[in-house]
Amino acid sequence: MSEQNRLGVFKTYKLYVGGKFPRSESGRVYEVTDSKGAWLANAPQSSRKDARDAVVAARKAFGGWSGATAYNRGQVLYRVAEMLEGRKEQFVREVAAAEGLSKSKAAAVVDAAVDRWVWYAGWTDKIGQISGGANPVAGPFFNLSTPEPTGVVAVLAPQKSSFLGLVSVIAPVIATGNTAVVIASADAPLPALSLGEVLATSDVPGGVVNILSGATAELAAPLAAHQDVNAIDLTGAGAELAKELEIAAADNLKRVLRPLPAEADGSDASTDWLAAPGTHRLTAFLETKTVWHPTGALGAAGSSY
Amino acid sequence: MASAFEYAPAPESRSVVDIAPSYGLFIDGEFTEAADGKVFKTVSPSTEEVLSEVAQAGAADVDRAVKAARKAFEKWSALPGSERAKYLFRIARIIQERSRELAVLETLDNGKPIKETRDADLPLVAAHFFYYAGWADKLDHAGYGANPRPLGVAGQVIPWNFPLLMLAWKIAPALATGNTVVLKPAETTPLSALFFADICRQAGLPKGVVNILTGYGDAGEALVTHPDVNKVAFTGSTAVGKAIARSVAGTEKKVTLELGGKGANIVFDDAPIDQAVEGIVTGIFFNQGQVCCAGSRLLVQESVQDEVLDALKRRLSTLRLGDPLDKNTDIGAINSAEQLARITALVETGEAEGAERWSAPCELPSSGYWFAPTLFTNVTQAHTVARDEIFGPVLSVLSFRTPDEAVAKANNSQYGLSAGIWTEKGSRILAVANKLRAGVVWANTFNKFDPTSPFGGYKESGYGREGGRHGLEAYLDV
Repeated sequence: MSEQNRLGVFKTYKLYVGGKFPRSESGRVYEVTDSKGAWLANAPQSSRKDARDAVVAARKAFGGWSGATAYNRGQVLYRVAEMLEGRKEQFVREVAAAEGLSKSKAAAVVDAAVDRWVWYAGWTDKIGQISGGANPVAGPFFNLSTPEPTGVVAVLAPQKSSFLGLVSVIAPVIATGNTAVVIASADAPLPALSLGEVLATSDVPGGVVNILSGATAELAAPLAAHQDVNAIDLTGAGAELAKELEIAAADNLKRVLRPLPAEADGSDASTDWLAAPGTHRLTAFLETKTVWHPTGALGAAGSSY
Repeated sequence: MASAFEYAPAPESRSVVDIAPSYGLFIDGEFTEAADGKVFKTVSPSTEEVLSEVAQAGAADVDRAVKAARKAFEKWSALPGSERAKYLFRIARIIQERSRELAVLETLDNGKPIKETRDADLPLVAAHFFYYAGWADKLDHAGYGANPRPLGVAGQVIPWNFPLLMLAWKIAPALATGNTVVLKPAETTPLSALFFADICRQAGLPKGVVNILTGYGDAGEALVTHPDVNKVAFTGSTAVGKAIARSVAGTEKKVTLELGGKGANIVFDDAPIDQAVEGIVTGIFFNQGQVCCAGSRLLVQESVQDEVLDALKRRLSTLRLGDPLDKNTDIGAINSAEQLARITALVETGEAEGAERWSAPCELPSSGYWFAPTLFTNVTQAHTVARDEIFGPVLSVLSFRTPDEAVAKANNSQYGLSAGIWTEKGSRILAVANKLRAGVVWANTFNKFDPTSPFGGYKESGYGREGGRHGLEAYLDV
């Protein structure tokens, strides 16, 4: 059969929660179009219940993931990059459609996203060294400050940068041992939902990353108010929504990463996701723990050393 | 229990401190009255004697102080770090010189024993200024990139439990990084901050760099919500911390919050019991338990519970409660009538819920605000006294059988500020410390502080760290 006669196979996009691919419990979907308005697919329209289920999955995964060695987490993140590299074609196609980019521009964006995973993979076993410390206490004590993951982080992915921006906000959260509930770009969720398929086959334990598609405000509200969410990244929220969510987040003193002013006006396209990201997204979701121990004293006998 | 040995009182002289009958607000280098002329009295919690009358800041005063700080910011932030460092070193030195005066003042105004102000508060206050003085010209090396910039005007609100120490924690890093400050001390302990204003004068600190506004919660609220404040730092209750977090939503203000705690102090069966008992006492009875990182939940392994409790009760019976100016005093006065009422109400709740109360046998002075060292046994995790921060000399005792159970119980709290571990086994210390969700973990010691060491909480104990290299971040645009 010649190519043009063959009927293409559409993909049913599903959520990624707890390592599985459920439909929205609400049974709802919404129409996703390309930048010119042509139909691409029906994406699941997640409900509040889906968001809460995702938090349960993320909490369940937190102990294992935060307890894994940094070396192991680095290997897993690198594995994600390997898997992405092999599926670049698909992501180039999806990003080009989602963001209205030429094939070559989309390819550059996908390359950058793969490279970003690699960059963060290398951070897992270094962030503790650069953001921790051995403190010279004035007294017979030894004390060490070490960073630890804060817990379950709700991530509002950038609205415009459907893949590079998405990767740039997920990778730093999980590199440090947190688990994530991610709300994909509302208008361009397909690259995010496909990323779920990559994560599922990349040794990332189920529940470490959970991806929801749907209306950002509808999903973010219960996450910002959720007592078992420890932090929220508001990158994908407009200024007004961000303020509302920050107020809700105060209820259990969630750590809040505010959107940059450029992001807050809804124009995160102006945020340069290609620029070097720095470490602030890593450190935003860390707690510093300082452990003290007495050293005793060797006394006169030890003084000659 | 009648004491086997009488002891002669050894009161520290209060003549080393000269408290004026009234004080104004310290704005732009001058003491000034409140705009509406309001004043309030500060009393000694141990005698209820009125110590002084201080100006009560309102919104207009906050605005004036923020303007002064804004004006001073331009020059202060432009100073070479090495020059700012010298001002901070001067302040540190003057604090050392005047530490006896300040210790007595703090004891009078706060009610805590002179032993603590003299040996803990004041040395730490000076040490904080020394530590951050040295950072002022080394900020490029702090790990926040080259040439990190200050934020601007810092609005700082501090509590009454460690008035001068909390001031040092807030002001030293703010000034070292080039910010200017408007600080509001607690209404029950305004005096040491006003004395600090005089230290700024002696040090020749430029006008407006430090402004002190004495007043109530409304002044604090006006300060943290002031649109021209760039940085908010707060130490105090979790309820107020949440209100502040809500108030800064949608702004660009940077915030650090040091809030409540319900620290677990975990004693394993192989712990050196005598040392652990001392650690338990330090953990909850230091500063009458009015410490956010107090070890207010004792988790003791079941096999040694009776032994530990017997030793603990014996030890508590020897604590001397009374005149805070007496150098022998272990337990001073509760800071205010209001706080005493809160402690009393929570203890009554504990009894009503069925926990078993034991209080050290000691005579309480007839005037002032006092509460005997108290512990609760038969406590479950559901009891109010095991969940709510009491902020007083009240210990809740729970037991556990396995290390996993200890960790689970320790972490079963909305708070995550501090924890203690007592065991001879090093690997157990490391394993348990690793699993505890708390910002500070003391192993075989408790309630130790040092300016080089970051301090701050997980969960609802707040966010951000004070102290150490980490403490700089809160005051830098990074």
